Amino acid sequence: MSGDAALERLKREGRIVVVGASLAGLRAAETLREKGFSGSLTMIGDEPHEPYDRPPLSKQVLLGKATADRTALPRRLDIDAKWRLGVPAAGLDMKARRVRLADGDEVEYDRLLIATGVRARPWPKPEEGSLDGVFVLRTRDDGAALERALAAGPGRVLVIGAGFTGSEIASACRERGLAVTVAERGDAPLVGALGGVVGAVAAEMHRENGVDLRTGIMVTALEGDSSGRVRAAHLSDGTTLEAEVVVVSLGAQRNTEWLTGSGLGAGPRGIACDAGCRAFDIWGIVTDDIYVAGDVARSPHALFGYQFLSLEHWGNAVAQAETAAHNMLSESAERRPHVWVPAFWSSQFGVNIKSVGVPSMGTEIVITQGSRAERRFVGVYGYQGRVIGAVTFDQCRWLDFYEQQIEQTAPFPPPYSTVDRRPEGNRPLDADFPDPSIPTHGPTITLSGYSPADRRMKFTPAHN
Amino acid sequence: MRLVVDLNRCQGYAQCAFLAPDVFAMHGDESLLYDPQPDEEHRENVVRAVHACPVRAILLDAMNGSLSTAEARGER
Repeated sequence: MSGDAALERLKREGRIVVVGASLAGLRAAETLREKGFSGSLTMIGDEPHEPYDRPPLSKQVLLGKATADRTALPRRLDIDAKWRLGVPAAGLDMKARRVRLADGDEVEYDRLLIATGVRARPWPKPEEGSLDGVFVLRTRDDGAALERALAAGPGRVLVIGAGFTGSEIASACRERGLAVTVAERGDAPLVGALGGVVGAVAAEMHRENGVDLRTGIMVTALEGDSSGRVRAAHLSDGTTLEAEVVVVSLGAQRNTEWLTGSGLGAGPRGIACDAGCRAFDIWGIVTDDIYVAGDVARSPHALFGYQFLSLEHWGNAVAQAETAAHNMLSESAERRPHVWVPAFWSSQFGVNIKSVGVPSMGTEIVITQGSRAERRFVGVYGYQGRVIGAVTFDQCRWLDFYEQQIEQTAPFPPPYSTVDRRPEGNRPLDADFPDPSIPTHGPTITLSGYSPADRRMKFTPAHN
Repeated sequence: MRLVVDLNRCQGYAQCAFLAPDVFAMHGDESLLYDPQPDEEHRENVVRAVHACPVRAILLDAMNGSLSTAEARGER
């Protein structure tokens, strides 16, 4: 049978299974139907809810301006799927092309899309993490529970970790008039993603808004009272802090455990795939029937030295899902690469923070517009003489321009003089990223080459 | 009625906040907050906002309602 006929048959009567019923899974499913897939489509999700949007959970939901149960994603069309919600996938048999579910059921596929995403990294000590009043924020249920706790007016909230989510939570607490302490292991908020120069601006924003920001500090233990409610936190400087609500905001872990032993190239850093979203097996051989998209995928990016990027970005989930869906139904010559330029946003303390490219790859930064003192500026990141990323604080209309600069591998520092060059912008500064080998809350972009910690197989060279 | 704003695209032009103030609001100079599931009575204003957005960042549902009951229960 010719390839064309097989593809036509797949489109007409094939079975496609999507594991992960969130933004990436939903957008992929919609794209499959748009491209004329009329076979059976099964959507598997571990949460009982239909696909919903997460960004509002740390913003309007925590502010009490929208409720967590009303963030379901709009549908572009009816995807006519069989939904298996509230039951996680538990295993994959690549040979038999079957996904095993936690309830013992099995679902067969001709093409599989894995979009299982990430989950909140829990507090490392489970008995402390399960105290009443200790939260993480990732899911809709997390958002609803945390909002309820904040609405009750706790005496003090402790946020552990000052990445984007932690900072947004602290911002929402202040807006609600709650006393909040932020404990961050690094030297400043957001340092993992944006470096110390911009982190210093973020730190000032926290303090100006009344956050008790403590950097260079770790929470060593959480203490509960006799009824199992969190009461206090012990810090690495020897002090004790009383808090009624503790939010653990230590980044995310990839949902790949269910693939252990499947033979797929999946691990703590995600599932490796080619630029066309096809998953690799553990030998680095590309599969032809298994695709990956969203936070859980790691794919090589031509603009960034072919490093395997894993992006916890909303826009990446959408773009990669659409590319994966397109490629699932295409002949090899019609497949297209996922070469999305990373981009994300955050909103905290009334300031709109947006970024393009991979700032954390940069070694230097230059302020090309505005000024840090005004909390309104553009910072451009340089790496080996080229523009590699940019961040804006309340200057988002410049981002398209810098996205083009990144795509064109424009020289750094930028040679042009701009309309708004302040004295502080003339000179590149050390971007001041922390040593990546020191654990912190972690950037949302993982520059993930081979990790020596991932000892999954033993390489034995051939001997004569 | 469900909607989502692609905040990568959003550039804070605030046309939506002007046309559908019960659904969209600026938060600071550039940030946008919105109600992802506004009441049906606001649909006309939201549709106006969708069309007025200079960067086309607002996606409004094209199909009504949510999953059927059987689907919501996870039945096949």
